[in-house]
Amino acid sequence: MPTLSEADSRRLAEAAGVAVSPWATAGDPEAAGAAAEALGLPVVVKLCGATIAHKTERGLVRLGLGTVAEVTAAAADLLDAARPEDGEVELLVSSMVRGNRELIAGLVHDEQFGPCVMLGVGGVLAEAVADVAFRLAPLDRIDALELIGDLGTQALLGEFRGEPAVDRDALADTLLALSAIADDPAVRAVDLNPLIVVDGRPVAVDALVETGDAA
Amino acid sequence: MARDLSPLFEPRGVVVTGVSSHPGKFGFVALHNILSCGFAGPVVAVGREEGSVLGLPVHPSIEALPDGVADLLVLCTPVAANEEIVRAAAVRGVRAVFCAAGGYSEAGPDGAEAERRLVALADELGLVLAGPNGQGVVSPPAGLCAQIVAPFPPRGRIAVASQSGNFVSAFLNYADQTGIGISRAVSAGNAAATGVADYLEWFAEDPETDVALCYLEGLPDGRGFFERVRRITPRLPVVVVKGGTTSGGQRAAASHTGSLASDDRVFDGMARQAGLVRASSIESAFDAAATFATQPLPAGNRVLVLTTAGGWGVVTADAVTAHPDLVLAPLPDDLRAAIDGMLPPRWSRNNPVDLAGGETRDTIPELLDLAAGHPGIDAIVQLGLGIQGNTAALTRSGPFHPDHDLERIVDFHERQERRYADAVAAATRTHGKPVLVASELAVARPDNPLVAAVREAGHLCHASADRAVAALGHLARHAAWRRARS
Repeated sequence: MPTLSEADSRRLAEAAGVAVSPWATAGDPEAAGAAAEALGLPVVVKLCGATIAHKTERGLVRLGLGTVAEVTAAAADLLDAARPEDGEVELLVSSMVRGNRELIAGLVHDEQFGPCVMLGVGGVLAEAVADVAFRLAPLDRIDALELIGDLGTQALLGEFRGEPAVDRDALADTLLALSAIADDPAVRAVDLNPLIVVDGRPVAVDALVETGDAA
Repeated sequence: MARDLSPLFEPRGVVVTGVSSHPGKFGFVALHNILSCGFAGPVVAVGREEGSVLGLPVHPSIEALPDGVADLLVLCTPVAANEEIVRAAAVRGVRAVFCAAGGYSEAGPDGAEAERRLVALADELGLVLAGPNGQGVVSPPAGLCAQIVAPFPPRGRIAVASQSGNFVSAFLNYADQTGIGISRAVSAGNAAATGVADYLEWFAEDPETDVALCYLEGLPDGRGFFERVRRITPRLPVVVVKGGTTSGGQRAAASHTGSLASDDRVFDGMARQAGLVRASSIESAFDAAATFATQPLPAGNRVLVLTTAGGWGVVTADAVTAHPDLVLAPLPDDLRAAIDGMLPPRWSRNNPVDLAGGETRDTIPELLDLAAGHPGIDAIVQLGLGIQGNTAALTRSGPFHPDHDLERIVDFHERQERRYADAVAAATRTHGKPVLVASELAVARPDNPLVAAVREAGHLCHASADRAVAALGHLARHAAWRRARS
């Protein structure tokens, strides 16, 4: 399935109302350094392109860069790591957001039920925990709040390690935004992974949009 | 607008094809069951053998069917014969066909082609077509038992539509066992022209039906099913058991986005969104349907557990506490004070309310009325009844009865059980709240006077506290779903 670059995926998600971590794109290491200063350090720098879907596996994500020098060095490395098959690439610089809780949310296409909004527990244990629930798009706010209530790990949504409880209305806003994206016939799936809970509010730090089959 | 299925469930008369004198053949069994279960309308038998079967003349062909006598045709004839029969029957006033015969799409490409032709014919003639390859249709309000299996259930308020004929029978067996009866039941078979959603839409407008119960396996048009059932559930609770898995989630799981997704969770989310009551097993589905059919929806989720025996209270408190849709109600102070005035001080003084053997003749009825009437309580689970009746049964069957003053105590115990059952029914009726009774005696000793009296009152005696709590949880969740949308 064809995908949009992370930058284009972020633009589409933001336009629908998803809160994403502050970000900018840059064409070269110097511009990346300037973007990092403008966003405020520390930042994350990633190599970004329409055909690059599995950035982490290829080492194309550099986290926690605390100085402009680190940013420009990392940016140069990433541009060197680009392969011919990656096509047109750029750098994506985004603020490093912190939170102890990670969720995942997305829009999936089910063959029988059509577009569905998904919400799950994220983080490194996500696959083992496998706490994920669905609703059929379009959702209304009641559906979205009930979807949040379906997660088995409700304790994760309450006050947690000194952080406030998850703002369920804000999380519902994210789910409703995904539901709205389902109206776009060009979009087949959206993956917001992870969705980091920052001061109780979900912020997407990565986004991947899968577009419809051209055929 | 629901398709009119009344000729299927409320036929004026029935014609059965494939009738033979061999009592193992579908045609014989269907005819036997229709004639044996009280159908009042005319019944016409069609078969190849001359003479009569079960006292009914057998007509050699559908051509002999008088006009306007039968509006339901039960097909027990082979595939090759059926199109001609259906065409001739329609001319004579038949409006619905239940095709029990197999050999259609379940049997391969030729059968699938025959099924397409049968559907097209039914469409052309404006007939309701149920099946093919189904076990039959049952409609106790019409005295109709047009099925090739048993049982004929008692009449009640639960309507069944199933993609497995054997699960129709399973639900009807539970109806027979519990006394919580059936309004309509249909085995959808291959569901070639009439599917579960069609039945549900008609059930929602059926004055005989208060709750629907269905078994689903495949949903070729999942989205369409969702859109249809979500318009039904605000009026009619629909209990669903799902077997097997869908194809969609496997694809979803294969894609990066849905790597954690499984089919069943998509179905589960759909069910919750549509207000379907999803049960995990056949017996829990029946429990839920029987509870919807006989209890009001709770206004909230606060449960009071009443028990005559401590252990039952403890495990039921655990079950209520662990249930995501129920809470163990904090015992209201005024209720505690009132109970203090009714019982010796050794009672639990908390929820569960454990009487600890302190009750006298009228304590339980008074307590049920008091608790059900309290605004801080939304539902009650009553445990530990039937014990006196069970003791009485052993006493009655022993060698010393009726001497040694045993007749008097046996009578007292049995009277008490009936009093308890009446009090439970009265508490529900008076206060409009669910009051559920659970005892293993429902299964172990269905002749127990408590169990019998609960059944006579038209209520379900739940087979265990856990099952009662699960059923109540379904009511509470569905009530919350409705409240959120009202």
